[in-house]
Amino acid sequence: MSINYIDMLLLSLSDRLNLCFSPTQRQDLGMIGIHTGGVWVAERLHHLLKLPQPLGQLNIAFYRDDFTRIGLHPHVTPTTLPFSVENRPIILVDDVIYSGRTIRAALNEIFDYGRPASISLAVLIDRNGRELPIQPDFIGCSLALASNKHIKLCGPHPLFLDIRTLHNEHDTT
Amino acid sequence: MNTIQLDNQGRLKHFLGIEGLRRDLLLSILNVAKSFITVDAQVVKKVPLLRGKTIVNLFFEPSTRTRTTFELAAKRLSADVLNFNISTSSTSKGETLIDMLRNLEAMHCDTFVVRHEAAGAVHFIAQHVSPSIHIINAGDGWHEHPTQAMLDMYTILQCKGKFNHLKVAIVGDILHSRVARSDIHALSILGVSEIRVIAPKTLLPFGVEHLGVKVFNHLRTGLTDVDVVIMLRLQRERMQSALLPSAHEYFQYYGLTEEMLEVIDSSAIIMHPGPINRGVEIASEVADGSRSVILQQVTNGIAVRMAIMAMTLGVIGEG
Repeated sequence: MSINYIDMLLLSLSDRLNLCFSPTQRQDLGMIGIHTGGVWVAERLHHLLKLPQPLGQLNIAFYRDDFTRIGLHPHVTPTTLPFSVENRPIILVDDVIYSGRTIRAALNEIFDYGRPASISLAVLIDRNGRELPIQPDFIGCSLALASNKHIKLCGPHPLFLDIRTLHNEHDTT
Repeated sequence: MNTIQLDNQGRLKHFLGIEGLRRDLLLSILNVAKSFITVDAQVVKKVPLLRGKTIVNLFFEPSTRTRTTFELAAKRLSADVLNFNISTSSTSKGETLIDMLRNLEAMHCDTFVVRHEAAGAVHFIAQHVSPSIHIINAGDGWHEHPTQAMLDMYTILQCKGKFNHLKVAIVGDILHSRVARSDIHALSILGVSEIRVIAPKTLLPFGVEHLGVKVFNHLRTGLTDVDVVIMLRLQRERMQSALLPSAHEYFQYYGLTEEMLEVIDSSAIIMHPGPINRGVEIASEVADGSRSVILQQVTNGIAVRMAIMAMTLGVIGEG
């Protein structure tokens, strides 16, 4: 897939977000990207939507459900939420949604910072293989991939998708 | 010691001492600790990382600060915590250490945080527990206090931004100080440009210069141009012989006063592992002064201990 294709997906995502949130609602809207790929997507959406609130970054490393299996990554980028989530509408952004476990962890982490008014989920790629009842509200594109395929957003400049065949069937996205 | 501290992939299984650890491993601990600092910003000051794990504080020697920060660190990671104060426990009823460990293992605990008055006791425990248990050294005799050293390193990095080109002075009762030993190892692994120890000859261990430090017996000379001063508590409870004429006289020669600070830069930081003896090793004006980061050390201790607990427990026991 070409770089232009990703830009096209980002534009269409931001158009739909623009339609759903009025200029008044956008004043308060807090956008949070999930580290790493989700932050890259969120940075672009944040810019396209001209949101007044600064962008938040979430690292779900401490909320994962597979910690005892894979341990801690030695280079954890800290979570930074430069606004209060209390009573604020939130858009959570990730690059790829697969099992839904990352989003489950992200929701738990956000609630440890306060009680948001609402949370919507925007993803660049929605791939099949959900293991939890979590569905995105805004989707760049949907892909049906075999379970041994791994899709990953690479970046940050430029953004491109990498799809490869796995020999070990384990993906935690 | 490394063979027992690390698993076969070089990751931390136990945390027993700084000596011999790799630089990248120490930097990883500092980096993971940095990400735990943000937990303080949460409304719910907890992450679910160690949910369902049990951490036992096994303190054979009294401690308030270290035990409390370990307890808080474990609770912020959502682990369950048991506190054993051994003087009131079963060793006083004649149970051996190994029997006591077997009992705790049978309760399916995951990590023992151990403080013991005998050097090497924590290492001994690590050798004798079942492979599924992780051991963290919270201070063993005069040997090491590695989590204190890591929180000291974290505080230095936080204030100074780097380790190279730093001159660090450790002042006071080096002889009885496990903190000094762990700090010297950590500073040397992390590559500071100069480590100085400043103490009267009676409070210096034999052969201390072999640890790669410059030895000073005169406080003012030793402090000249240093970036970091680590003051040590005068451990009078460990002094069995007359090593010093009196605490008053010690303060006259080795107490850190405002006047002594004239020889160091205004950006230098003053550290102390606590508890501080005001008017013995440090004057109140200095301990409470603008260059003192003593309370910052206490706060950082929680995040650093969270990092060490999470990093050791994240590795599945091999056995």
